Formats: sequence, structure tokens, C-alpha cells
Amino acid sequence: MTGEARISRRWKKAPFIQNPRLRWAIYIGAAVYLVLAIASVEVNWTRIVDGIPRGIKFVGAFFTPDFVSRWDDIYEGFVESLSITGASTVLGLLISIPIGLGAARNISPLPVYLVCRSIIAVSRAFQEIIIAILFVAMFGFGPFAGVMTLSFTTIGFISKLLAEDIEDVDKEQVEAIRATGSSWLQLMNYAIQPQVAPRLVGLAMYRLDINFRESAIIGIVGAGGIGATLTTAFDRYEFESAAAILLIIIVIVMGAEYASGYVRNKLT
Amino acid sequence: MPTRTLNGTKVWQRRDRATQFRIWLGWLIGTAVFLYCWRIISENTEWEFVQDAHIQALDMASRMVPPRWSYTPTILRPLWDTINIATLGTVCAVAIATPVAFLAARNTTPSLLVARPLALMIVVSSRSINSLIWALMLVLIMGPGVVAGIVAITLRSIGFVGKLLYEAIEEIDERQVEAIIATGASRPQVLLYGIVPQILPAFAGISVYRWDINIRESTVLGLVGAGGIGLELQASVNILAWNQVTLIFIAILGSVVLSEWVSAKIRHAII
Repeated sequence: MTGEARISRRWKKAPFIQNPRLRWAIYIGAAVYLVLAIASVEVNWTRIVDGIPRGIKFVGAFFTPDFVSRWDDIYEGFVESLSITGASTVLGLLISIPIGLGAARNISPLPVYLVCRSIIAVSRAFQEIIIAILFVAMFGFGPFAGVMTLSFTTIGFISKLLAEDIEDVDKEQVEAIRATGSSWLQLMNYAIQPQVAPRLVGLAMYRLDINFRESAIIGIVGAGGIGATLTTAFDRYEFESAAAILLIIIVIVMGAEYASGYVRNKLT
Repeated sequence: MPTRTLNGTKVWQRRDRATQFRIWLGWLIGTAVFLYCWRIISENTEWEFVQDAHIQALDMASRMVPPRWSYTPTILRPLWDTINIATLGTVCAVAIATPVAFLAARNTTPSLLVARPLALMIVVSSRSINSLIWALMLVLIMGPGVVAGIVAITLRSIGFVGKLLYEAIEEIDERQVEAIIATGASRPQVLLYGIVPQILPAFAGISVYRWDINIRESTVLGLVGAGGIGLELQASVNILAWNQVTLIFIAILGSVVLSEWVSAKIRHAII
């Protein structure tokens, strides 16, 4: 190639997807999908235009939240939500520790491993709110269904992460304890537990945070907590009360996130 | 090494007395809090309904199988809507979150005092409200339908995408940016040639990851009227048609597994 030809060829940025065929297939596929998808969305413009003043009113309500007129309902809802959070995190943790031990391949036999892994898979498959629908049908309306829901979903979360953590433990420490002739329980207590305990506390804090967020919405399907109060406020178009509830939720969520982040930072 | 004297000989102990005491105190407080929570729940629960839960569960299980396969054509359209809510919501969220992320990142923000706190506020408020609550509000404002779902997913995802993206921008290699500046590039050129190529893999990964989460979340938005397969779920639960509920569960599970597979494949290809 002569020098002149090299200069006249402009440099072009390397594309993100190298293979040109794949690149164009993705571009065209995405364009076709977007056209089909947007065409199939039915937009009721008159309804949306009608909604604009209501939307503005609602945004305005955030600047004048009404904590007072429904305070008893709000207070009860939050106490219930926080109780659900606490109870379900503890219950879920108690159940998920044995399941987590069983789901770690390095310390449990294959049949136990498979059973525990399938429990985890079932618990992780569905969203909290779907489990809540089933449990409300089983246990009736109220916070008990909420506690059961969140305990159940906590199991999948904590057991899975705990099992992965146990699978990563330092083998030499386990061997050292085993060489002293320890029983299984002693092995767990002196070789495994000290290695995973800090992370388990971190996971529990993280899950506490998640459980509060979820406890605020499972009330929508009748599983107790602030969600029920919030839905009622929306149904009655009491935007000021709804804004007050949302503001309290945001404050607690941010507080919980900050606290759990602080504890997890301290531990690691 | 903490020890304790037993019959004149020193015996090894795992913890000293103060640590042991603190641990016991922690357990005591934890147990007390748990019992207090449990009492509140117990007071608000109708225990008669809980007692026959096993009968209800058996009854429900017997009604759930076999799934009502003839119901399949009815849920195809809602399933398509669900996927659209998730995908269009993710597209809109990414489009809005990208400028927000550039405003929020410490190394690209035009002003640390005004733009950055404002962008961070958008991120935080979007993240702390669940998509179902966003949907609840939007259904009230815009009326029920797919649009409310798309907007709810968008509003919820802005914070998530924005946060991960601005963290990615803050972690870029500054030397590459410097090299581009040294060629005499203008500000947009620095952005395009110095920063964008570095964050593009993270950008694609985050978008696909959020899309995967959004598929999961959009399946239940219908419970509050925001379109998609959740509407059918709500309707079937209301008329106690549990064999239809099973079919919807199968559809939800299928789409969740599929989206997880697609997202894992794409992220694997990028990284």
C-alpha cells in the first residue's frame, strides 16, 4: 500500500459488535421489534390528557403531605410492616441456615444437596407478591400471610448465598479441625461458622432491608402492612395522605439501606 | 488468649468475658424484638383461618391441577404486552438514565454543586419506590393500561441504571481521556472517543441485566391495573379459577427463565 492511499483512507471507530452480519441482524431485529411493539401499545390520549391535572395535583401533594388526618391508620400500618419485616427475617434466617448448609456441596451428601437446592429454586422462582397471593388464599387476609411470604422468599435468598459462601471456605481450616477428631457439629461450629458468620450477618442485614421494601407492597394483595393503607389512600384519592405514606417509606428505606451498608462495611 | 481457671489449671476459652457478654446481650435484644414483632402479628391475625390452612392448601392444589390448557390463547396477548412493557420501559429508562449518569459522575458532571446533587436525587428517589407503587400511582393518574406499566418500569429503572452507570463512569481510566484531550479534541469528542468506548460494555451489561429484572417485575404490574399478564392473574384469582392461575404461573416462569437465559448469554458474550 502506498503512503498516499493510507492517508486518504479515513480512520473509523471500531464498532461495538465486531461481526458485521450479527451487527446488522441485531439492528434490523431491534427496529422490527420496536415498530411491532409500539404499534401494539394502545394509548388512550384523552384519558392521559385528563390525567395531567391529577398528576400535577399529586406531585403538589408531596410538598404538602398530610400526616395528621389518617395518622392512626398510617401508624398502625407501619408498625405492622416493621413487625412483618422483623419476624419474617428472623424466621427466614432460622430456616435458611440448615438449608444453606445442606445446599453446600462440600459438606453435604448428594441427596440432601439436591433437595435443598430444589427448595431454593422454588423459593426464588416467583416474585414476593405472587407468593403473597397464594398465601393469602391459604392463611386468610392479614399479617400472618405476609410473614409467611417473606420468610419463604428469604429462604431462597439467604440459603443460596450462604451455600455459595460455604462452598468457598478455606479447606485447610476444615481439615485442621477434622484432624482433631471433631464431631460434625464441632466441625460446623469451629471450622465453618467462623469463616461464614460475618457474611451471614451482612446477608441478614441486606435481607432485612429488602424485606421492609417488600412488606410495603404485599399489602396490595391483602397480606398486611402499610401497603393496604396506601392502596386505601389511593382509592379514596387522598393524595396528601398517600404522599405522607410514600415519604415515610422513602425515609425508612434510605435509613435501612444506609444502616445495612454501614454494618456490611464494618464487617468486611 | 482468653483463658479461665478450672481447678487450678488454665483452660482455653474461645472468647473473653466481655465479648461473650456482648454476644449474649445481642441475642437477648434480638429475641426480645422478635417476640415483640410476633405479638403484634399474632394480635392482628385471625387464627381460625390459619388453623385450616392445610385444608385450604390441599383444596387449592387439587383445583390447580390440571392447568386449563384451553386458556392459552387468551394469555398470549397479555404475555406479549408484558414483554413490551419490560422492553420499552428499559429502552426509555436507559435513554433517560444515560444523561443523568453523566451528570452524576464526579468526573463528567458540569457542576459539583448543582447538577450532581440534582442527578443523585433523581437516582435515589427513583430507586426507593418499588415499581408496583409507581404503577399504583400512574394507573390513578393516566388510567389503567400498558402505558402506565411502561412509565412505571421506566421510572423505577432510571435509578438503577443511573446508579450503576455513574459508578462505571467514575471508574474509567483517566489516562485515555487525557490522551484524547492531548490531541486537541473538543468536549463532545472527548466524551465520544475517550469515555464512551470505556463504558460501553458496562452500559450494555447493565441494560440487559435491568431488562431481565423488568421482565420479572412487569409480570405482576397488572395486579394494580398496569397491563400485561398480571391483569389475567388478578382476574383468575378473583373468580377462583385456580387452573387458569397455574397456566399463568407456567407462562410467567417460562418468560422469567427465558429472559434470565438471554441476559446471562448476552452478558457472557460482552465480558
